[in-house]
Amino acid sequence: MKITNEQLKDMYLTMLKIRKFEKNAMDKFAEGKIPGFVHLYIGEEACATGACAALRVDDYITSTHRGHGHIIAKGGDLNYMMAELFGKSDGYCKGKGGSMHIADADKGILGANGIVGAGHNIAIGSGLAIKYRKTDQVCVCFFGDASTNQSTFHEGLNLASVWKLPVVFVCENNGYGISVSQKRHQAITDISVRASAYNMPGITIDGNDLFAVHEAVGEAVERARKGQGPTLIECKTYRWRGHFEGDMTVYRPDGELEAWMKKDPIPRVEKYFIENNVMTQDEINKLNAEVDKMIEEANKFAVNSPAPSLESALEDVYSDIVEEGRVR
Amino acid sequence: MKKMTYAEGIREAMRKKMQEDPSVLLFGEDVGKFGGCFGVSAGLWEEFGDDRVRDTPISEGAIVGAAVGSAACGLKPIAELMFVDFLTVGMDQLVNQAAKMRYMFGGKINLPMVLRVPSGGGVGAAAQHSQSLEAWVTHVPGLKVVYPSNAQDAYGLLMTAIDDQNPVVFVENKMLYSAKTDVDENELKPIPLGKARIAKDGTDVSIITYGRQVFDALTAAEALAKEGISAEVLDLRSLYPIDKEAIAQSVGKTHKVVLVSEECKRGAYTGDIAAQIAEEYFYDLDAPIKRVGALNTPVAFATDLESYILPNARDIELAVKSLFD
Ligand SMILES: Cc1ncc(C[n+]2csc(CCOP(=O)(O)OP(=O)(O)O)c2C)c(N)n1
Ligand SMILES: [Mg+2]
Repeated sequence: MKITNEQLKDMYLTMLKIRKFEKNAMDKFAEGKIPGFVHLYIGEEACATGACAALRVDDYITSTHRGHGHIIAKGGDLNYMMAELFGKSDGYCKGKGGSMHIADADKGILGANGIVGAGHNIAIGSGLAIKYRKTDQVCVCFFGDASTNQSTFHEGLNLASVWKLPVVFVCENNGYGISVSQKRHQAITDISVRASAYNMPGITIDGNDLFAVHEAVGEAVERARKGQGPTLIECKTYRWRGHFEGDMTVYRPDGELEAWMKKDPIPRVEKYFIENNVMTQDEINKLNAEVDKMIEEANKFAVNSPAPSLESALEDVYSDIVEEGRVR
Repeated sequence: MKKMTYAEGIREAMRKKMQEDPSVLLFGEDVGKFGGCFGVSAGLWEEFGDDRVRDTPISEGAIVGAAVGSAACGLKPIAELMFVDFLTVGMDQLVNQAAKMRYMFGGKINLPMVLRVPSGGGVGAAAQHSQSLEAWVTHVPGLKVVYPSNAQDAYGLLMTAIDDQNPVVFVENKMLYSAKTDVDENELKPIPLGKARIAKDGTDVSIITYGRQVFDALTAAEALAKEGISAEVLDLRSLYPIDKEAIAQSVGKTHKVVLVSEECKRGAYTGDIAAQIAEEYFYDLDAPIKRVGALNTPVAFATDLESYILPNARDIELAVKSLFD
C-alpha cells in the first residue's frame, strides 16, 4: 500500500490527538470533573489510527468501552467528545451517554459500547446493510482480546464468513481483560488462529506499528470492498493505564509496562519521519503545540457548555414519545 | 454493636460457607486476586485458592451455565456477574435452564446455585451499567430472588441462599457496598427467605420497599414524622418468596401503602405487589396504593439527569403526603 506524506502526517496528527485527549481525560477524571467510568486508550493509538486511515467517511466502525481512540480516528469531534465526558448538553449524546457511549452516525461511528462483545454482531448487521444495498462500504469492528470469549465473537465471525460480509474484525490484543491476563482467559496466544475456524483470512501483527496496522487493515478493506468477505486482524498492543481510571493494576508483572512503553507507537513514527524527511523536529514540535491547543479548546468548550436540562432526560427514549417527568 | 459494610456481610457469608462446605465455590469475572470489580470477594482467593475462587473469561453464558451444570451435579456454586446488566448475555441459562429444570424433570433435580448480581444506579455508569432488573427475574417461576439492604441481612440471606436447593438470584446494590450498618454478632446466622423486616415501626402509612430504597424510606419517614405522619418502613429482603403476612399486617394497621423500588416504574415488581394488595387487602385500604420508582427512561450519564431519573427520599415523602391531602 502506497501512503503519501500527507496521509502519514494525518495519521500522526490523529495519534497525537488521541494521546493528548486521553491524557487530558485522565487529568480531568482525577480532578473529579468526569463522572462514571473512563477507560483510556493510551499506548494503543496505532491500532485505531492505522485502521481508520484505511477507511472512508462513509464506512462504518463499531467500538468498545475503550472507544475514544476509535472515535477520534474515525473523525470524531474533540469538542463534542470532551463535552460528553463532562456530561454536558453539547456533548455527542447530550450528556446521556458519557465516555462509554459516544456515537456519531454521520461519520459511521456506530457507538462505543458498554457491553463487551456487543459490537461483533452489530458489525454483522452493518455488513448486511452494506451488502443489501450493494455499495462498496465496509465496517471495521474493533474489540479487545477478552471479548473473543463471548459467544458473540463466534456468532459474528461465522455469520460474516458464511454471508461473505464486508466486515474487518480488528482485535486489539492488549493482553488483559481487566485483571485477567490472556494466558488465563484463553488457551491460545494468537487470536488470529480463530479465523481458520470460520474459513477467513487471519493475521497477527504488531499493533504498535502504525504502518503494519494500516497495511493489514488496508488490504482487508480492499478485499471486503470487492465482495471477498471478512478478515480477522489481531493487533498486539498494550494499555499503559489501568483497565479504568482508578485501577491500581496489581495484576501486572514488574517491568511489563516499562517494556511496552519502550514500544510507544508515537516516537516510532517520529523517528521514521525524521529519518525519511517527512517532517522535521521543528514541524513535529509545532504540530504537538497545535494539538495541545485543540485539547485546551475542547476543555473550554466542555466547561462552557451548559448542563443538560432535566426535561432532556425524558427525550430520546423514543423518536416519537416524550416520557413523563416528576415534580420534586 | 459492631459495624460492618454491606460488602463485608456478603464476603463473610461466602467465607463461612466455603469454610464449612467443600462443595461451595465462587466464580466470575475478576473475582480472584483482583477481589471483584467492587472488591466484594477481596481475600477469598488468598484463602481458598484457584480451585475454589475462579476467574472466568468474559462469557456470561458460560458463567451462568457453569453454575447450572455444576449445581445439577452436586456442587453449590456462587456465580458473580459483574453488573446485573450483563444478565442479558446469560439469560438463557438462567431463565430456560436454571428456572425450569426441576419442574420439567418432574422434581428430580436440585439446583443449589446462587447468582450474585450488582444492581442499580447512582455511580454515573450510564444506561448499560445502572439498571434494576429484579422484575425480570421475579417474573420467572422457579427462581428465588433476594435483595438485602444491610450487612446483617446480606450475611444471613446469603448463608441461606447458598444452601437453598433452588436457583437464587441474589441482588446486591452497588451503592450500598461501602455502607456500614450495625451488626449483632450473636445474630450473624442464616435468615430464612421470605421473611420481611420492619425497619421502622409506624401507624399511619406502610412504605414497603427493599435494597437501597430502605434508607431513602427511613429518611422520608423522619421528615414525615416532623409533620405528624408516622410511617412504617417494611424491608421485604426477599422478593420471592415474598412475606405476604408481613404486608397484610402492616396494611391492616396503617391502611395506606406506598411501594418503592429503583426499577423504572413501568413493569416494576412493585406493580405486582400493588396488584396483590389490591386483590387481597382492598378493604383494608383507605387510600389508593402509590408507587415510587425510576422514570421510564434508561439511566442517563450526567449526574443531574441520573438523580432526576432515580427515585429519592423526597419522592417518597411526596408520595406519602399525597395520601393525606
Ligand atoms: C457483557 C459484559 N461483561 C463484562 C463487562 C465488564 N467489562 C468491561 S471491559 C471488560 C474487559 C474487556 O477486556 P477486552 O475485551 O480485552 O478489552 P480491553 O479492556 O482490554 O480493551 C470487562 C470484563 C462488560 N462491560 N460487559
Ligand atoms: Mg484486553
